[in-house]
Amino acid sequence: MEFGLDKPLVDIQNLTFRRGDRVIYDDMSMQFQRGKVTAIMGPSGIGKTTLLRLIGGQLKPDSGKILFEGADIPTLTRQELYQARKKMSMLFQSGALFTEMSVFDNVAFPIREHTRLPEAIIRTMVLMKLEAVGLRGARDLMPAELSGGMARRAALARAIALDPQLIMYDEPFAGQDPISMGVIVRLIRSLNDALGLTSIVVSHDVAEVMSIADYVYVVAERRVIGHGTPEQLRQHESPLVQQFLQGQADGPVPFHFKAAEYATELMELSR
Amino acid sequence: MLKQIQQLGANTLGTLQGLGRATLMLFGALWGRPRPLKNWHLYMKQIYVVGVLSLLIILVSGLFIGMVLALQGYTVLAKFGAEQMLGPLVALSLLRELGPVVTALLFAGRAGSALTAEIGLMKATEQLSSMEMMAVDPLRRVIAPRFWAGVISMPLLALIFNAVGILGGHLVGVDWLGVDAGGYWSAMQANVDFQQDVVNGVIKSIVFAFIVTVIALHKGFDAVPTSEGISQATTQTVVTASLAVLGFDFVLTAVMFGG
Repeated sequence: MEFGLDKPLVDIQNLTFRRGDRVIYDDMSMQFQRGKVTAIMGPSGIGKTTLLRLIGGQLKPDSGKILFEGADIPTLTRQELYQARKKMSMLFQSGALFTEMSVFDNVAFPIREHTRLPEAIIRTMVLMKLEAVGLRGARDLMPAELSGGMARRAALARAIALDPQLIMYDEPFAGQDPISMGVIVRLIRSLNDALGLTSIVVSHDVAEVMSIADYVYVVAERRVIGHGTPEQLRQHESPLVQQFLQGQADGPVPFHFKAAEYATELMELSR
Repeated sequence: MLKQIQQLGANTLGTLQGLGRATLMLFGALWGRPRPLKNWHLYMKQIYVVGVLSLLIILVSGLFIGMVLALQGYTVLAKFGAEQMLGPLVALSLLRELGPVVTALLFAGRAGSALTAEIGLMKATEQLSSMEMMAVDPLRRVIAPRFWAGVISMPLLALIFNAVGILGGHLVGVDWLGVDAGGYWSAMQANVDFQQDVVNGVIKSIVFAFIVTVIALHKGFDAVPTSEGISQATTQTVVTASLAVLGFDFVLTAVMFGG
């Protein structure tokens, strides 16, 4: 199918997803434009990772469409889904490197699985990917010997090994020291531009996201509460968006978990 | 009372659902054209991990069980002056019963628990998910080699167990207690039937291998991806697999030797 380059690479339409009785997303729509870094921000526990798994076809929505290059992911057959997945890749929060393989073999894994290239070419490809993330020297280390930031970069090299069109980052900044955070921020942007990728970044680190994203969706309470370029978002009138962007402890999202009246509860104890 | 009935129903449903998921897992892993040539190194590695590394415990247990059998059997047989029947006693107990069953129990503890923990941890650290996102099916890539490794190794381990056990019986019966060596072997030759005893024992161990391996893989694949969940799954593997082996052993024995 010929597909216009001006259309979004991933197009989510009226997505509803439930887990048991709990509604995670209610009639939500989003577009991810080609060649852009699009971020999804929101408080923890609203299922941002779930969204990436929905795009990757690991979960099925209750209703709505998830179009990837015009094909509706939930309706694909297994074979078509696996073909589509070769064009996308995901960087997991933990890195998810295979612990029994060296860094080199980890990066070579998808190439060896999906191509029949000779070992010499694989070596060249792997070294290029590792060079791009600055870990060429660490190729013989095992994942257990890497620091958290290095593990994530190694996983990033593995994620771009087959030159995907779409790369999804799950909380890439969580638990990183300032230096490796800076490295990853730079890598996301430079890889996106150099390789012509489309990137989706899921995160709650406001400052980092606002510095690299071309477009931002803020998700809370099962839906998109605000979206726009970082500039537009800073001017956004919704108090919920403002509370999130500025990290205020109390506001439309209350500091206190739902509970009975404080004084009554204290009195009950002493009774 | 009502609550207990409810609990019983819930447990039954849970067990049935688990069986269903295990079947689906196995189906997903084995359905379609196997590619042993492309992945032969995975199969070799798993046979090494699951089979070869279990050798030591199998050898030692086999030896001691054979020795104990000979010692216990001798005292009883000697009362009737039937010491020369020690060979068949040791051989038949091992081939028909103890070989397959004890190997399966040891295998569940040694290899089964390791399989569950490994797969559970791969799930918890998102390695299985990331494989899926790389368009590599974890059922084919992770489950299938481990399944075949278990099903191939365990019957072989059971045979080794039997052989070592018979040698252990020889060690105690002949070399220590003074049963005639020729009698030990010739009585065994005369009383052990290849079809009835050896083949049936092998069939048993193949069935046990299937049961233990599938339970171990399923518990790992289905584990709640937390440290508590994995520890529970590992315990469940050993408990469930052991009970299933003993239960099936009774059924198989009744079918094979009962009539």
